[in-house]
Amino acid sequence: MGNVNIEVHHVTRVEGHGNIVVNAKNGVLEECRLDIVETPRFFEAMLRGRPYTQSSHITSRICGICAVGHATASLRATENALGIEPSAQTVLLRKLNFHGEMLDSHVLHVYMLVAPDMLGVGSVIPLVQIAPEAVLRALRLKKLAGDLCAVIAGRHTHPIAMAVGGFTHFPTIAELKALRGRLVDARADMDETVKLAKTLPWPQFNRETEYVALRKEDEYAFIDGTITTTDGGKYAINDYRQVTNERMVTHATAKHCAHKRESYMVGALARFNVNHDKLHPRAKAAAEELGLKPICTNPYLNTAAQVVELVHCVEDAINIIDELVGRGVKPEPLPAFPGKGGEGAGSCEVPRGILFHNYQIGDDGNVIGANCIIPTGQNLANIDADMRALVPQILDRPQDEIRQMMEMLVRAYDPCISCSVHFLDVRFV
Amino acid sequence: MKPKVAFFDFTSCEGCQLTVVDSLQTHVDLLDVVEIVQFREAMTEKGEDYLVAFVEGSISRESDEARLKEIRERAAVLVALGACAHLGGVNAIRNAMPLEDVRRYVYGDKADWYETYPARPLSAVVKVDAFIPGCPIDREEFIEVVKALLAGRKPPIPDFPMCVECKRKENVCMYDRGGQCLGPVTRAGCGAICPTYGDGCEGCRGLIPDPNSEAMSDVLVKNGLTVDDMLARWSMFGTYQQMELAAKK
Repeated sequence: MGNVNIEVHHVTRVEGHGNIVVNAKNGVLEECRLDIVETPRFFEAMLRGRPYTQSSHITSRICGICAVGHATASLRATENALGIEPSAQTVLLRKLNFHGEMLDSHVLHVYMLVAPDMLGVGSVIPLVQIAPEAVLRALRLKKLAGDLCAVIAGRHTHPIAMAVGGFTHFPTIAELKALRGRLVDARADMDETVKLAKTLPWPQFNRETEYVALRKEDEYAFIDGTITTTDGGKYAINDYRQVTNERMVTHATAKHCAHKRESYMVGALARFNVNHDKLHPRAKAAAEELGLKPICTNPYLNTAAQVVELVHCVEDAINIIDELVGRGVKPEPLPAFPGKGGEGAGSCEVPRGILFHNYQIGDDGNVIGANCIIPTGQNLANIDADMRALVPQILDRPQDEIRQMMEMLVRAYDPCISCSVHFLDVRFV
Repeated sequence: MKPKVAFFDFTSCEGCQLTVVDSLQTHVDLLDVVEIVQFREAMTEKGEDYLVAFVEGSISRESDEARLKEIRERAAVLVALGACAHLGGVNAIRNAMPLEDVRRYVYGDKADWYETYPARPLSAVVKVDAFIPGCPIDREEFIEVVKALLAGRKPPIPDFPMCVECKRKENVCMYDRGGQCLGPVTRAGCGAICPTYGDGCEGCRGLIPDPNSEAMSDVLVKNGLTVDDMLARWSMFGTYQQMELAAKK
């Protein structure tokens, strides 16, 4: 008993390429980790020498799922570097666009990547037969999310109209009102999503760790804020390096991060744990329905926290549209290059957690240095630590079940591996 | 029996495969006419018997070549999915920089731990039968290409410039809006989506065959721009092609 040898080559239903390795002999765990085997991508190096206006277009190509998130962090970093303040209208449009991406990504993860595990199938395709209503609901919600992004920036992957200091295209009031109607209708789909999530057999496993997320006093933070941790840490975005402390490891082309403990977690569960009090009342009710209470230390429930955020984003999107319709949407010209460069960091909470972009821009308007720190990279050390804690608890189970538990654990983090493999320690010169 | 198709990816953001998933929102009947046997991003099932392979991403390290060649051997039809696979795309921006410098910049003194070489399109490694251009691909165009392949027709990828579509949309020309645009020389098929949303074409669908470079230079001269300005813009997706052209000269 107790000899386990698992190698999952290229974990499926995750974004990017990772392998799980578990070896145990006579009940003693010898090896247990997630290898990141994605090809290195070098985005930061590629930004150097290019005009600042291209940064958000190039970095959105880091990830097809969180393209809006990368573009947003990139624009905030650029704006902070150049001393450009986005208008109130720009802030609202960005938030709305962001909710579109959050809906799209969370629906994809909850319905198409995670639910198949819990319903005992290998993908969403057999679910078309078993649970057609759920699949159609997921497709309907994804279409709504995609249409929302398209109305604001042309498309979700990769956004076109998002620019430094504003937008190059503006939605009409009629378009916004049509979206509002569909968002109101989506409340019924949200209720069904919470119901579905309640029936799923969530694995039980708890491990205390530190949770890190952006926080704002006036809203559930997605863009800007203070880096806040459940261990009491508070940092300005510019001081992000004090939290991330990147280091390289041989088993991954992505760098690992740690704050005060050996690892920390970012993502929906971290946001829920840090910002639960700022959720919309309907989202709070959904959390209660799902039995989710801060501080929740079961990483498998990251997906449940995503369901809570889905409810929040639908409600907040409706509120933002009301505000935009009330104040009217006017074309605003983009600010000119101020003639002087600088350095700045930008941060937002993309679906998988806190994301940082940091640029140095020269007086000619070209990028001199860049650094991007991606949520999945920040989670890697925490995934490894979870695996080391979990495996000894389940070593007596059949090997297939152990493998399934490990794959589900990795999947619960909703990893975005192709994102995670191009960070660096920048040595700004 | 439904034809079997499979999806694969190399160096990319996987946004084109996500666009494929998104195409199901409006074309869920796609699943009635093909059987998807492998799609790592979306499913655990894994079949190695397939007729059509859709491959996203550039090849950016030598050890990935064997896997691509294996896919090539198994597939009757290999389709390059999106700009990274078709052109090299954004991955090739770094090809114009010293490789050692790029590696050190990102991984410092640990650069040797991670294998890489200049990024290249699939066609630099294997024979490619068809391509779906764009960053990302257009979901309607994807559906049209699947239909054509199933019917044994040549995929309907336009070879006229994007300007034609943009004019049809009655957009004000980007140059008249004070912008820059590669529309006169870039392959159409995207519905001129970037100019429609206020940004000039960045050339993600690649050059048309025999681009009218004289007309392009006229536009540049008229707007006080230079060929270097255009090359800089084109380099976002076209660095690999630029370097190929330069090598020929």
